Amino acid sequence: MSRNTKIVIRDLTKVFYKKEQSITAIRNISLDIKEGEFVCIVGPSGCGKTTLLRILAGLEKQSSGGFRIEKSSMHRPNQSMVFQERGVLPWLTVRENVAFGLRMRHLPKEQIQERTNFFLSKVGLTKFAHMYPKELSGGMKQRVSIARAFANDPEILLMDEPFGALDEQNRHILQEELLSIWSETKKTVLFITHSIDEALYLSDRVLLMSAQPGQIVQELQIDLPRPRTLKDIRANPDMAEQFLAIWQHLQTEVQQSRS
Amino acid sequence: MKDLKNPVETEKQEWRKQKNQQRLKTGLTVFSPLFLLLIWQFLSQSGLIDARFFPPPTAIVSTFAQLLASGELFYHINSSLFRIVAGFLLGVIPGILIGLCMGLYAPVRHFLSPLIMALMPIPTLALLPIILIIFGIGEGSKVVTIAGSVFFPVVINTVAGVVSIDSIYLDVAKNYGASKKDFFLKIAFPGSLPVMLEGIQMGQAIALLTIVAAEMMGARSGIGYMIWTSYSAFLLKEMFVGLILISFFGYLFSLLLRGLQRKLLPWR
Repeated sequence: MSRNTKIVIRDLTKVFYKKEQSITAIRNISLDIKEGEFVCIVGPSGCGKTTLLRILAGLEKQSSGGFRIEKSSMHRPNQSMVFQERGVLPWLTVRENVAFGLRMRHLPKEQIQERTNFFLSKVGLTKFAHMYPKELSGGMKQRVSIARAFANDPEILLMDEPFGALDEQNRHILQEELLSIWSETKKTVLFITHSIDEALYLSDRVLLMSAQPGQIVQELQIDLPRPRTLKDIRANPDMAEQFLAIWQHLQTEVQQSRS
Repeated sequence: MKDLKNPVETEKQEWRKQKNQQRLKTGLTVFSPLFLLLIWQFLSQSGLIDARFFPPPTAIVSTFAQLLASGELFYHINSSLFRIVAGFLLGVIPGILIGLCMGLYAPVRHFLSPLIMALMPIPTLALLPIILIIFGIGEGSKVVTIAGSVFFPVVINTVAGVVSIDSIYLDVAKNYGASKKDFFLKIAFPGSLPVMLEGIQMGQAIALLTIVAAEMMGARSGIGYMIWTSYSAFLLKEMFVGLILISFFGYLFSLLLRGLQRKLLPWR
């Protein structure tokens, strides 16, 4: 199965410079991601994974190198980001939040209405459409965030630890929902996490990052058939091996950063 | 261990106790102004304080009725209210617009903040002579005086409101391609609104303080003028009517703004 390359990243480097001191957040990251691929980046905290995502999201400018997102349509935005918790605008209702990207692009009203309704029902929030975020639980807020990103119909989706603040049960429910929407829309997803289980469950490919400077040191192909269940992962001896490999990598990284 | 009978019953009693306490607090809030009036009435009538300086509330009320019937009161209230509302709007609207620009654009902020910081400590009333020279003795000078004192708390709070918006919301707007105009209207304005409204509330209080003083110094009508002329003619009952009116309007405006706040900020 040969698919087109969707994201090309070449020698991407970001240096933060302050008061005669420079910190290399990421160094020479080169990466190809295929169309429709679900890629997770796993690494210790502070390894620059968020910096990488923010550069792709247009929120930060790289110091050198470059990246390209292949366009499939002129009318599609390049990317949409699902932020960590707190990414939902508190002064907009659930419906207005989901419609936010579409409204910013000034699409026709009927189209906004239709797509918003579709994704509201996809994440099961139709009944809560008129509520404000303060009335929602953490899991529901992240559903709003996900619906907003998918409704915008971008070329690629960027997710920055979207489930990091959720409890175990909620996290798994949202992972399942995310996979179900993803399998319908065939979006290319770049997903950041520090949960190994999450990475194994969600992705086609896992990239391991090292810290300071942030570099991709290893990549693992996850060939489990879809749809997957958490049981498949737990029961599969290969996955147990993968888990340990990632675990050991993180372990040494954390220890190195301490010494 | 003592076993309490029914857990629901226990909590029900606890709930009742709290309800009663709540009722007591509300009662105290209503009672305190009445209590003050009662004491005043008693002291004044019994001659413990001089009734010429502190006429009993009942006498003030009957003076109030007389002034109302003669239409004099209505005339003064009318001119004061016009000045307050016009001056308030003339201060609040530029305050919000300039505040939003300062909050959003750092160069504007750095250029204007020293000017605002330097002008703010000057009481607008101290500028009244200059304002009278420029705008004349008519309504214009009073409206400008109020606008000047309302402007500062509004502009400062609006800037603070914009600056306090969580940067993640700015990222969201940028990531979803918000235009300059959308950024202004959908992020900066609603995001700064809570703090901005606090500034408007403060401006409202200052507007009342200013109008009375301004009317004492340079007007031929209004509640402040009424207070001053009554005092000069030693008509203290009339003076107290004026003072109570000011207190009433201050309270009324506060309530109106609180209501507006609840209406504008359903998401808080």
